[in-house]
Amino acid sequence: MPEITRDEVARLAGLARIQLGDAELDRLAPELTKILDAVATVSQALEGAGEVQPMSHPTPLRNVFRADELRPTLSPEQALAGAPASEGQRFLVPRILGEE
Amino acid sequence: MTTVEVGLVPFEEALTRYEPVMGLEVHVELSTATKMFCGCPALFGGEPNTHVCPVCLGLPGSLPVVNGAAVESAIRIGLALNCRIAEVCRFARKNYFYPDMPKNYQISQYDEPIAFDGWTEVEVEGPDGPERYRVEIERAHMEEDTGKSLHVGGSTGRIHGAEYSLLDYNRAGIPLIEIVTRPIAVPGDRAPAVARAYVQQLRDLVLALGVSDARMDQGSLRADVNLSLRPVGTAALGTRSETKNVNSFRSVERAVRFEVSRHAGILDAGGRVVQETRHFHEDTGTTSPGREKSDAEDYRYFPDPDLAPVAPSREWVDALRATLPELPAERRRRLQAEWGFSDLEMRDTAGAGAVDLVAATVAAGSSAQTARKWWLSELARRANEQAVELSALKITPEDVARIQALVDAGAINDKLARQVFDGVLAGEGSPDEVVAARGLAVVSDEGALTEAVDRAIEANPDVAAKIRDGKVAAAGALIGAVMKEMRGQADAARVRELILARLT
Ligand SMILES: [Zn+2]
Repeated sequence: MPEITRDEVARLAGLARIQLGDAELDRLAPELTKILDAVATVSQALEGAGEVQPMSHPTPLRNVFRADELRPTLSPEQALAGAPASEGQRFLVPRILGEE
Repeated sequence: MTTVEVGLVPFEEALTRYEPVMGLEVHVELSTATKMFCGCPALFGGEPNTHVCPVCLGLPGSLPVVNGAAVESAIRIGLALNCRIAEVCRFARKNYFYPDMPKNYQISQYDEPIAFDGWTEVEVEGPDGPERYRVEIERAHMEEDTGKSLHVGGSTGRIHGAEYSLLDYNRAGIPLIEIVTRPIAVPGDRAPAVARAYVQQLRDLVLALGVSDARMDQGSLRADVNLSLRPVGTAALGTRSETKNVNSFRSVERAVRFEVSRHAGILDAGGRVVQETRHFHEDTGTTSPGREKSDAEDYRYFPDPDLAPVAPSREWVDALRATLPELPAERRRRLQAEWGFSDLEMRDTAGAGAVDLVAATVAAGSSAQTARKWWLSELARRANEQAVELSALKITPEDVARIQALVDAGAINDKLARQVFDGVLAGEGSPDEVVAARGLAVVSDEGALTEAVDRAIEANPDVAAKIRDGKVAAAGALIGAVMKEMRGQADAARVRELILARLT
């Protein structure tokens, strides 16, 4: 398995808007490599399996459609019940970084 | 955010050195009753967070189910754009870190769009009449719309400088069809008009299909304009910018012009165009930088395991093909042929928004040319005076056809017809009622006409002498005198006959 580099962790952290310190980057790079190694055992199942198409769905279902009919919605109170913060019946989230 | 902006090169000058290549991405919000994957109303607006449920809020344990009507609309749009329809396609999760989707991903389609490999033809005005350009459609895929963010704090109300953001998820999950063109390389001076015509054509098309209300002002039709320049005569594509928030047809045109000028300025100065998202500003007609797209492809798409693949049967696709209405461009071509209009006449008719009105007037019995004459001259002038659309005038195509029928029957002449228009538009009743109430019928009493002719000859002996000498053209002055005396209520052709009968 390829190693996860410190630079890659820094880049992913940037994408995820997570601020990581130097010590955390040092620690996470080898940790993530180990985690990927563990997950990689799954891919061993594919070895020797021949022409197997990657599967996205465990069942052969196709065309599961819903009629275009209204269903009850949540009340705004219910919708916001699990929100850490709200204002004016809207979800309040911390400052969004970076872009206009 | 600051970027060094180099000078703009005037559009026409830029075209002497560079060729623009455009790509247009149009999002169409479907007018289904419910959202793409849940039964919440797919309505515009509403009090914040009143059109939401566990599915569109991405709450744990909820299961999205595809709206069959939305798939049907997607297939019909694909067919109307001459696309192939996928035999099997899947939904994919587009992962990104932004709170406008509560799930942290948007359900979209990635490498398996429902429709692909299509084309449409647009018409723009050239110096020698209409020119047609083919626009290739790469794909049309299904996805869900995102929620709306409101940025609070800071001076501008934008993200930059905001202290926090507020989210309303009413729009999250409304079905969207994203239609993506292949690179469009038309002569540079036509590019702005082609971009505009294409977006307008998509609007007309989805309206004709009845799948969207296509309101650019409300965001149910949204266009992104991708543009790059390459030196004239070269083939490789330059780096593109992606301009968002282009909210009117006119803005599509302006955005293309501005980006051509801006890119040319950068390239002339030896600079490098940055691949980035840009925002269009309606007030200034300019764009400003948004996000750099260096990580753009990193959405980690993967097939959504919650949603079964969509595999439209060929029977279903054929049945939907049979439901396609005649599309606006085809219809215009057919009507032009039926009416025998020149390109110019047809363009003016379409430009005045009179195609449907002329068609209805013809259906009510008028000839196409007389229908066009009334709508584009007399009625267009009045609509203009009242600052309303032609179709908003208080007169029906049937009224217009009836007025023309009265002219054809000799009951009124064109001059009286104008007074009938006045009466109908003033709410005085049907054309026949106006004619009766205002006493507008042409005088067909030969005795009265003959007397008027005699008086006119007597009053204008010199004119009469000319006519006796064979100068028949002089009769116009006598006709005018008679018509004046009859207050316009005479058949001018008959008056002429009477005059000539007396003098030749
Ligand atoms: Zn919902």
